[in-house]
Parts: sequence; C-alpha cells; structure tokens
Amino acid sequence: MTVLITDQAQAAMDGAAGAALTVNGLTKHYGPILGCQDVSFNVAPGEALGIIGESGSGKSTVMRCVAGDQDASSGSAQMSSVDGGRTDVLTMAPSDRRALRVSELAVVYQDPSEGLDLAVSAGGNIADRLTAAGWRNFGQIRERAAELLDRTDVPLDRMDDPVRTYSGGMRQRVQLAKALANRPPLLLLDEPTTGLDASVAAGVLDLIRDLLEETGVAAVVVSHDFKVIEMLTRRCLVMHRGEVVEEGLTDQLLEDPQHPYSQRLVGAARG
Amino acid sequence: MTVLDVLPDAATAAVLDESSKREVRRAILTAIAIPGYQVPFGSREMPVARGWGSGGLQLTLAIVGQSDIVKVYDQGEDGGVNAANLRRLIRQSEGVNTTTDPREATVIQTRHRVPEDTLQSGQTLVLQVPVPEPLRGVERDMHELRRMHAEGDYSKMWVSLYEDLVRNGVITKTTGYPCLVGGRYVVATTPIPRWDVPPLHQAEFLSLFGAGREKRIYAIPPHTDVEPLTFDDVPFQVEEVSTPCRCGLVVPDGDRQSYQVELPQQDGSSIWACSDTDWCSRQRVGAGLLDPATLTETEVEL
Repeated sequence: MTVLITDQAQAAMDGAAGAALTVNGLTKHYGPILGCQDVSFNVAPGEALGIIGESGSGKSTVMRCVAGDQDASSGSAQMSSVDGGRTDVLTMAPSDRRALRVSELAVVYQDPSEGLDLAVSAGGNIADRLTAAGWRNFGQIRERAAELLDRTDVPLDRMDDPVRTYSGGMRQRVQLAKALANRPPLLLLDEPTTGLDASVAAGVLDLIRDLLEETGVAAVVVSHDFKVIEMLTRRCLVMHRGEVVEEGLTDQLLEDPQHPYSQRLVGAARG
Repeated sequence: MTVLDVLPDAATAAVLDESSKREVRRAILTAIAIPGYQVPFGSREMPVARGWGSGGLQLTLAIVGQSDIVKVYDQGEDGGVNAANLRRLIRQSEGVNTTTDPREATVIQTRHRVPEDTLQSGQTLVLQVPVPEPLRGVERDMHELRRMHAEGDYSKMWVSLYEDLVRNGVITKTTGYPCLVGGRYVVATTPIPRWDVPPLHQAEFLSLFGAGREKRIYAIPPHTDVEPLTFDDVPFQVEEVSTPCRCGLVVPDGDRQSYQVELPQQDGSSIWACSDTDWCSRQRVGAGLLDPATLTETEVEL
C-alpha cells in the first residue's frame, strides 16, 4: 500500500534538526526495577507522535521524565523552544523545569485530579496557568478562559462551578482547555481518554484531534489503545518491557507490524 | 567564657535573657536583609500566652535600649487590657519610658493597626502576627509552601483572588491583605485593615512582624515597595466609611483622614469612631471638644 508521508513526519524521521522535542537514550530505573531503557525519539513542530504499549511497558515513565514529574536516570532531552535546543532539559534545575511546565509544555493526565485543582472552578484552573505565565488582567483572563471552555465544549454557565462537580468527560475537556491556555509549543497527553465511556471518549478524541490541527502544537500521545493512536498520530513507537521495540508510521505499523510483540498488540486490538 | 559571664546578673534576670535577645536580633537582621522572607526563630515562652502578642513582645524586648520610648496599643486603643499589660511589662522589665503618642515613640508595638500619624525615619513598628503565612489558605503542605516562596510561584494566590472576584464581584479579603514586598516575597500584612496597607509602601520607618506561636519573624525595611496583590484592571481599594467620628472628622469627598470602627452602644444603636484613640483624642483637644487635662491623667494612670 502507498503511505502518505507528510513533510513533518519526514523531517522528524530524518533527524533531530529543528525538532520540537528530541529525546536521546532516556533511561529510568526505580531501584532495581527498570522503568524504561534507552528510549530515543523526536517530534517535529506540529507533529503528533504516539507511544503505545501495554500497562507497565514504560510509556508513562517516558512521558513523566520528559514532563519533569520524575527524574530520569540517564539520557537527554532537548526542546527547540528552550535555548534553541542546545540545553538538556533533564539536567535543568527543578525550579527551571517547573517554569518550563508553564511556558514551554503542558501535560494532560489520565486522572484529571493530577492536572486540575478539583476544588477550584474551571475558570480558576485556567487562571492558574495564565497567572503563572504572568497574566495580570482579570478581564483578559476571564475572556481567554471563556474562549477556551467554549472551544472545548464546556458549557459556559458551568464555568464558575468547582471542577469536582463535573463529569469525567468534562474534566478532561477542562484539562485540555487549561493545557492550551497560554499556547505552549508542546503538549504531552497521557492516556487522555482512558477511563471514559466509549461515546464520551470519542467526543474528547475528536476534540483533541481538532485542537492539535488548529493550534499546530507538537504532541506526544501516550496510550495503550490503538484506536487513540490511530486517530491522533501519524507516527508512533511501540514499547515493551521498557524498551522501544518498533517505530514507524502508524498506518504501516497497524497494517504490517514487524516485531512479534507489535503483532500480538495489533492482533489483540483488531480482535 | 560566654557572653553570659560578662553580663550583669540583671541582664539575665529579665523576661527575655540577653542571649535570647541576641538570637531574636540575628533573626531580625536576616529578615531585614531579605524583605518579606519569613525567618524562623526559637520563640521563647513569654509571660503572655502564644497568640496574645508573644511574637511582638519578643521583638520589642530584643530591640529596646535604655533611651527608647515605647508605645504599645491594641486595635488602635492604648487603653486595651492586653496593650496596657504588655506596656507595663516592657517598662518594668527593660526600664524604658512608655508613651501613648506615636510621634514621640521610638518603638511602637501594635496589634492589627498602623498609627494614623505618619511615622518617621528612625521609628520602628513592631506588629503582632497571628498567622505569618500568606499562602496558608491556599496550600497546606509546608514543603510545598516553602517551594512556592522559594520560586516566587504565587499563582495559587492569584487563583484565590480570581475566584473571589468571580464569586463576589469584589476581592473580599479585608484584613491581612496579601502584598508583594520588594517585588519578591508575598507577605501577610497581619490582620491590619486595608486602610493601613498604603502607609507601608516606601515607608520611612522599619516594620517588624513577629509571630510567637508560629515562630516566624519578617520585616519590611524602610523605602521598600509594598504592592497589594491585585489585577491590573481591578484597583486595590481601602475601606470606605462615610460617617463622621465624634471627634468631628468629617469625610470630605471620601478623602478620609482616619480609619473608623463601629462602636455598639447600650441602647442597641452604634456610632462610628476613629480606631486610633490617641489620634482621636488629639483631634478632639485640637477642636476644643476635649480638655487636655484628661489626656494627661490617662497617661499617668497608664
């Protein structure tokens, strides 16, 4: 079959030059237990890269190390938006890394309580990110929050209710709105639809796909679900027992998996 | 040989011994060097219960010398029981002179007010602080609080102001309004009313904040910026009371000269009066409403 290779994907496959995110040899040990081993990839600006694997395969570890939730044991990561890609963000001071979490990247977690303060309203959660980014005008914050919530299909009359009172799908939409509030160049999505029922998950997925296209944000999508990866990404990695076992265009990988584990994974997904 | 050996016995027999005073002074120096930063100190047991001015008392005892004149007042009132007792304690323990007139005092210990008179260079304001942590209401984890201060990460405070505005249309925080000191640390301005916040900005005097129960000291040195946290399009406002005080101070077009409090009366009604009693008395004497002799008597009695 013919596969359409986009310029972005081609650029990302060619090498790290100009990549929004470049990860090299990322390794994480939890004591004697291996989290992930020698993981390398890069994401072009505006590209969405998928990481797929079963529970415990190390895909979330990779994401958390890049996001700064965990310290990597070894390896490096560069972002083109940080010092032109010359600085290894993994070795930056914890305070500088937290600052990156506001200006340069955003994370959407499977569990909304990790990304949101459930006791605070949806608008307040968005204000959290905006004020951290230096916004100090109440009217502008309010306007931007309403614009984002409207875009993510959160009813505006619920905008001032605590997120605790929201349904699971709505919470994920608020997380997305908050993540994109100050237009960071990189978005990390960790199982963004896991735990939502099928119809709600489909709606959130549609929204994520549209937002990725509209905003041109580079994204890493971590999921155990091939449907999610297929819908959101053109290129993906397959992880198994902490290592990347296969890498390629999502369509190709689904049609013609090479590694035995990928074959099992695709076989299971295809039923 | 220690410092105790060279000191006369009287010095160690005081409410606060000399080595404890030195520790408090070291904390004060650190606090002045880092405006707004909460310096931990070994808060001693005082003859007043913690939460009743023990922090302010330790600061005052540590900084006064023989030539100082001390004023202690409580919610603007010199005659309050707690203020009168603290004043007597300081006078007896340190042998200093006391006064009710903030213009002649060198050290002014206060609970929840800043004098209406503009304080001058060389004067020190000692504030009694119940809760020194401005972020206590938005974050409970002590380690997280330290991180937030260290990194100047005050977004949670901004979120609470945002939520307040959304819910109530105004920022409802009345006393202890959070302020950014020297462009770096957010502090709790103790429970002083908003009215008293502007005098702290670029002040001539030194402000010391002591929290005995929480064991923290912080400071606003002279000529330091004190900016109330507020959004660009939501101006910071002080309390508005338009009723004249019995001292005759009427509010000319909102340009009020004194912070006023409501005093309940026997018959169930209430009147508004200047919170700063010494200031109010002087106004009334000036307007011929009060016999200056009664002022002197009050002073002697104190």
